[in-house]
Amino acid sequence: MNAPLTLKKTPLHALHAELGAKMVPFAGYDMPVQYPLGVMKEHVHTREKAGLFDVSHMGQARLTAHQGDAAALFEELVPGGITSLKDGFMRYTQLTDDKGGILDDLMATRFGETLWLVVNAACKDTDFAHIAEKLDGRANLQIEQRALLALQGPKAEAVLAEFMPAAQELVFMQAVWSDWQGAEVLISRCGYTGEDGYEISIAESKAEALAKALLAHDDVEAIGLGARDSLRLEAGLCLYGHDIDTNTTSAEADLMWSVPKRRRDNGDFPGAAIINEQMANGLAKQRVGILPEGRAPAREGTEIQNADGETIGTVTSGGFGPTLGGPLAMGYVPPIYAEAGTEIHLIVRGKAMPARIAAMPFVPQKYKKG
Amino acid sequence: MSKKFTKDHEWISLEGEVATVGITDYAQSQLGDVVFVEVPEAGKQVAKGDDAAVVESVKAASEVYAPVSGEVVEGNGELEGNPALVNEDADNAGWFFKMKLADAGELDELMDEAAYADYVKELD
Repeated sequence: MNAPLTLKKTPLHALHAELGAKMVPFAGYDMPVQYPLGVMKEHVHTREKAGLFDVSHMGQARLTAHQGDAAALFEELVPGGITSLKDGFMRYTQLTDDKGGILDDLMATRFGETLWLVVNAACKDTDFAHIAEKLDGRANLQIEQRALLALQGPKAEAVLAEFMPAAQELVFMQAVWSDWQGAEVLISRCGYTGEDGYEISIAESKAEALAKALLAHDDVEAIGLGARDSLRLEAGLCLYGHDIDTNTTSAEADLMWSVPKRRRDNGDFPGAAIINEQMANGLAKQRVGILPEGRAPAREGTEIQNADGETIGTVTSGGFGPTLGGPLAMGYVPPIYAEAGTEIHLIVRGKAMPARIAAMPFVPQKYKKG
Repeated sequence: MSKKFTKDHEWISLEGEVATVGITDYAQSQLGDVVFVEVPEAGKQVAKGDDAAVVESVKAASEVYAPVSGEVVEGNGELEGNPALVNEDADNAGWFFKMKLADAGELDELMDEAAYADYVKELD
């Protein structure tokens, strides 16, 4: 099946074909949804050994202030603690709009007085335009056309250290510039699977050679978007455009752990007044984990009802968790239903299926904390 | 009789009064790892093209349509506890349901094995 010509390709596109990947359109790119191993085995392999993901479709950019610290400027656009980042460390945060809605979620890494940003593929053009416009005349946003590979799983450290010894010196959410075969690489100890692991930013011309070198290792398999989705769902992580968007705030999305007290008190980020009001007076809805009691998965868009049959919310992500061994979901309900253990119903194909609110992550995260 | 096939990738095989229905090996390979199957209960009346069963992979849910009209006489209870049987043996042990046909003539409208093989080849 040929993809439409308008789809963009990552530098690993030819490798995906060589590996026998099934390709699908995703965020304007022709991307591998699975390889011959299949979603289930790819998922399990990542949890047990190490999985290699092509995330080159994501946006990478370097933010530099015309004067002083780019972190101070960037805090005008996000609720996260950016100025407090130590050199070579990164944080997860969100770009918010004036209503507190989430324009995108992203990672920001500090190197000196510059920030390295990694944003979602589907949002990157609008994100970069937004940042450039808001900081116009005060900062330079350099979009970096580089490949991005993720190596995730308990064997990731041992594998990557064979190629880039600097990898093993990092702790979770720390990054370092290093080199591999003469190419400058940015190694970040982070990821979106709940496992220990890395993201490696490298020149597009060197990406395939690095991917092939990593895949030649016995512990490494190529992993597609299908398993990436089930891995992040088990880890309780949001997928932009599904679990979070401009209709959800950081408070409603249960992301206030990423908003330090200083930022709330100062109220100096877009939508701060609304988010502070929600935190003080209560939320209309909040993101929760959901465990269906039967075997049937509840997909995105599934109606959530209370025990009396009243509609209380909607599933925003749902599927099957290979490590969990059963169906799992995320969705939004009013806070009175948000406590773990609360009995709810999911309306699947017209039938009310019993389910319970559950704490997230569904599968324990295994980050290598410092 | 030999198997007949639909464009939606169901197979149906008539033996005496009762036909067995499943999804093709091509269909299971496209779906990927099957994690949930819902089969119809005995006594359910289905018209040709009706939703008759559900098959879900890790990523997505799909309907299985009735290839012809009739009455369901048995759902494959095995699949509830072992949905992966659809991946392992779609053509045999991974059958979905058995049905009595309302009009055996409807089978003539379906593809035979050679025609289905050609149909799948054009999809790839």
